[in-house]
Amino acid sequence: MTTLANLARLIRSKNAGPFELTFDIMFDDAATYRRVKESGALTRERIAACYGLEPSQVKFFLCDNALAIKASIPRPYFQGDPRDSDGHGGQQYAPLMDIEIP
Amino acid sequence: MNAAEQEIRILSPTGVCGSGFVEGSFEKALSQEPHFIGCDAGSTDPGPEFLGSGRTAFPKDAIRRDLRLMLLGARRLNIPLLIGSAGTGGNDAQLELVHGLVREITTAEGLSFKLALIHAEQDKAYLKKRLREGRIKPLSPAPHFDAAVIDRSEHIVGMMGAEPFQRALNAGAEVVLAGRASDTAIFAALPVMRGFPEGIAWHAAKILECGAASVVLRKTPDCMFAWVRRNHFVVEAPDRELQCTPQSIASHSLYENADPFRLVECSGTLDLTHSRYEAVTERSVKVSGSEFIPAPRYTVKLEGAERAGFQSILIGSIRDPFIIRQIDDWTARLEEKIHSRVAMVYGEKLKAKDYLLHIRIYGKNGTMGPLEPVKEIRSHELCLAFEVTAPTQEIASTIAGIIRHQALHLPIPEWSGLITAIACPYNHLDRGAVYRFNVNHVVEPDEPCEMFPMEIFDVNRDTERKLAA
Repeated sequence: MTTLANLARLIRSKNAGPFELTFDIMFDDAATYRRVKESGALTRERIAACYGLEPSQVKFFLCDNALAIKASIPRPYFQGDPRDSDGHGGQQYAPLMDIEIP
Repeated sequence: MNAAEQEIRILSPTGVCGSGFVEGSFEKALSQEPHFIGCDAGSTDPGPEFLGSGRTAFPKDAIRRDLRLMLLGARRLNIPLLIGSAGTGGNDAQLELVHGLVREITTAEGLSFKLALIHAEQDKAYLKKRLREGRIKPLSPAPHFDAAVIDRSEHIVGMMGAEPFQRALNAGAEVVLAGRASDTAIFAALPVMRGFPEGIAWHAAKILECGAASVVLRKTPDCMFAWVRRNHFVVEAPDRELQCTPQSIASHSLYENADPFRLVECSGTLDLTHSRYEAVTERSVKVSGSEFIPAPRYTVKLEGAERAGFQSILIGSIRDPFIIRQIDDWTARLEEKIHSRVAMVYGEKLKAKDYLLHIRIYGKNGTMGPLEPVKEIRSHELCLAFEVTAPTQEIASTIAGIIRHQALHLPIPEWSGLITAIACPYNHLDRGAVYRFNVNHVVEPDEPCEMFPMEIFDVNRDTERKLAA
């Protein structure tokens, strides 16, 4: 058992336009990527749970060419709205770091 | 297509005009004989205030520096220079600002060329007509959009596709300066016009529009170069120290996109499901297999910004563990106190719904707000940012003063006597007007150029002539 933060080359979040947030979880090598992909621990449902969302609100992608796993969610507030706290959406990934991977 | 034309070479000096690039890389790229230079100059990423206010996200002097080098390079090689999303938001004021810089440089350097200006700011009457016709459709997620939203918008722009650029090139433009444009359209316009496969052209454009962002490790914003051919394209960064790998190029389609395989443009969708990435050398990559699926209906995405109000903010911190352990209750009581004090000051003239009071608690959930999964905090101090957004700056400033006084002395049961509950490093700050994005919709125009009027000028050092577009 280890955490996603220990296995990934980069975990990042960013705006995908002003209305969605997107997460990129990227790996250095194919073996690590496959390990995470096939572990069943990083899924649409798991990411929904991290952010208190329904699985249907999460777009989830396995990107074999890029050795990356990607997910996108609606923003709680649109970018730049008076209640928005993260204009670039860059600091929203921390809950993903602790996901445990067998 | 000309039989000899089996390849179009494209230079992208940087991801955003004004973010800079290395002159040595640019010169190296020019020596590779590009057929044109393209550069994106804007984005929504810096936030709604730029589209709303007309200011630019990068400083004017930094934009001038990049523009000058690009103009000189393009004229030296006698190749087109295409710039999209001028001045960050690509509205008319921002287009005019960048246009002014082009004129300054042209005069100073003694350049002459045919210049096309393509406007992207939308006429409100036109939008209302399309809205009535049911030809403005929401994307997901979308804010509510109606005629009242159109009326109160500071600026609404359409994101142009490749066709307005092609129209300008067909009219003989040597420099094309466009308002808001699809980043990729800047780079796909010419290859698509010359009959190169759309999947290849649009995918190459997607890599190029961010400059050197898709290399393994970018040191600083810099140039990217592509060779677009009949059944593949090759990308390589001119700087010999920068490396493109199949993984780095494949990864780039993830960046700032909700869907890494399908990228929607005005005229269709770039589909990367079957793209293949192969190393050509240690620092260049060949891409093939990308497809472009034409849309049944041409659509133009709108971006709009309206003024949310005027804002004042106060920053303070709390170190008292008694207050920290009841912080949610304390801020709830504080909000009540502020609202009742505002009611005393303004009476009927200002209702609670007319202004927005927002308290961010750093050390608790200031960064993630409602997305924060950690509910129990162990912070020994908290930073509070109080914000008020109101109809005028004077009101916002007045309420910020009220916030300060109420927060300073809000009692807690643990202490008896007058307390001073927050530490403020400075008095409140007035931020001026603040803006919000107010549309995530597409228009269905009759034809691709109808929303993007073009002007053409014959620009010389001393004389100038406006030509019929």
